[in-house]
Amino acid sequence: MVLAVFALFFVVPLVWVLFAMTKSGGELQRTAAFAPGSLSGLAGNWAQLSSFQDGAVTGWFTNSVVYSAGALVLTLVISIPAGYALALTEFRGRKLLLVMTLVVMLMPSTALVLPVFLEMNQVGLIGSPLAVILPFSFYPYGVYLTFIYYSTSIPSSLLEAARLDGCNEIQVFWRVALPLATPVVALVGFFSFVQNWNNYFLPFVMLPSSDRYPMQVGLSTLLSSTPAFNPSAAGSQSVQLPALALATVVSVLPVLVVFLFSQRFLVAGMTAGGTKE
Amino acid sequence: MTAPTDLRAAALPQAGRRPARRPQPRLSKAVGYLFTGPYVLFALAFGIGPAVYAVLLSFSAPDGDFAGVSNYARVLDDFRFIPAVVHVGLYLALWLVSLLVFVVLLTLMVHAISVRWLSGALRLAYYLPGALAGASSVLLWLFMLNPSASPAAWLLRLMGFESFASTIAPDGLPIIFTLIAFWSGAGGWIVVMYGALNNIPHEVMEAARIDGCGPVQMALKIQLPLLRKWIAYMAVLSLAGGTQIFVEPTMLSQASNGQVPNDYSINQLAYLYAFNIRDFNASAAIAVMLLVVALALSAIFVWRGGLFETEDV
Repeated sequence: MVLAVFALFFVVPLVWVLFAMTKSGGELQRTAAFAPGSLSGLAGNWAQLSSFQDGAVTGWFTNSVVYSAGALVLTLVISIPAGYALALTEFRGRKLLLVMTLVVMLMPSTALVLPVFLEMNQVGLIGSPLAVILPFSFYPYGVYLTFIYYSTSIPSSLLEAARLDGCNEIQVFWRVALPLATPVVALVGFFSFVQNWNNYFLPFVMLPSSDRYPMQVGLSTLLSSTPAFNPSAAGSQSVQLPALALATVVSVLPVLVVFLFSQRFLVAGMTAGGTKE
Repeated sequence: MTAPTDLRAAALPQAGRRPARRPQPRLSKAVGYLFTGPYVLFALAFGIGPAVYAVLLSFSAPDGDFAGVSNYARVLDDFRFIPAVVHVGLYLALWLVSLLVFVVLLTLMVHAISVRWLSGALRLAYYLPGALAGASSVLLWLFMLNPSASPAAWLLRLMGFESFASTIAPDGLPIIFTLIAFWSGAGGWIVVMYGALNNIPHEVMEAARIDGCGPVQMALKIQLPLLRKWIAYMAVLSLAGGTQIFVEPTMLSQASNGQVPNDYSINQLAYLYAFNIRDFNASAAIAVMLLVVALALSAIFVWRGGLFETEDV
């Protein structure tokens, strides 16, 4: 019973928004919350959304893709070799680096947003996509996941064998260690992508102009153009509630799709990374 | 800003396991430097560097001269500062309590379900809202809280809220932020805790049952103590993340035409200092205070929490 009530609490908003985005403004008021709208309603909302500020929404979506994907690639290039080296090599400062990784990983990333902003402001990068992609790519959690993976589940004999076969260290990593780590590469990529896609605070301070916004920040522009929430916004550029609902869905679509499949994927990643005792 | 935390947690059950000690093949030092080089560079540029720079700024005057603690004094004197701390404190208290109570209860109950598909479906239902974080989840909840659109309008009216303006009256904001954070974050933790419960050996549970433990005793004497580390982990991460609250009040402020003030939380105040009056030094002072809290919480947890006993940390 309690479980069912909570299930409703968690699911109802999600289901509702899927219905709401198919209705017209009037239907949203008049019809029952879970009465389906129509495809033409959905199309109408999409038309309204895509005409907003000459297609700003598609631009924001594209920005989100560019920022998240760019950071994803950089994150992998930086984190995977670092985690590998931390797990399998000995060098000065290794322990310090590990402790730093753990501490920063457990800190909320928002704690660094204003300091990073102040720094970027000093070097004049504000407004450039790099001002979000580069900070996104410092991802200690990815390094930690890779570290755990390599220090627990790669049989050392394999790497030895490769070395005996005449591979140099870089070949060992590229030809043997990296292919073995596919699950953890996927996992790090997944987390990095989701986190960056949903990030609001960092792009909000770094990118002042609307055409650089990612979807998350764009949502708040849409919000302030919705008369139902902001009466002064009435006019040709206004957004009706159902269109705003549609924008909410669009803003999370990639992540939602990933999430639907991710529980199983996560477990696969975990067992690959953690079962070897 | 709760989702990253929870996502991070969702993958961590593996981290609790102690890696087997075995002779590792040690590569040459050069490889170590080469492979960690870019990471160290990024850590300096986007972790340690900004933190150090913020500390420097917070003790400087706009012209770069040493300013002592005057920036801190100015911020602490600001009539908005104490209220912001109180707001965040209230929200944190409410959120942590509800998170601890409901996540543990729900996990234990879901774990007690023996029908596999049902327990799986429930976990998925609890976990899915995690896909909506930041602005998206706030936006969705603006709909939920608006009596003229919400599917739970009858419930809102029952509680005496006739209009959107009345649901987001300032006194109720900590409850609203708790609702939003719980909605998008609790599921991830339930999945994590569920995984931890699954690690309890079957024989232990069986033995307890034979000794006459009921479900409640079982939960109190066996399951809760084993979950303790995870609960502490959840509390610390949530506490640290909660102090940073920014998106929720910012969006609500926009949606309510300023009825919710835009200096509600500490981070918002730091933002206002930087962007409205271009007082970077005062902004840095607030950021440093928040950073110290976050750093202290996570450092204490790394050393005392016991979840991250990896080979030699």
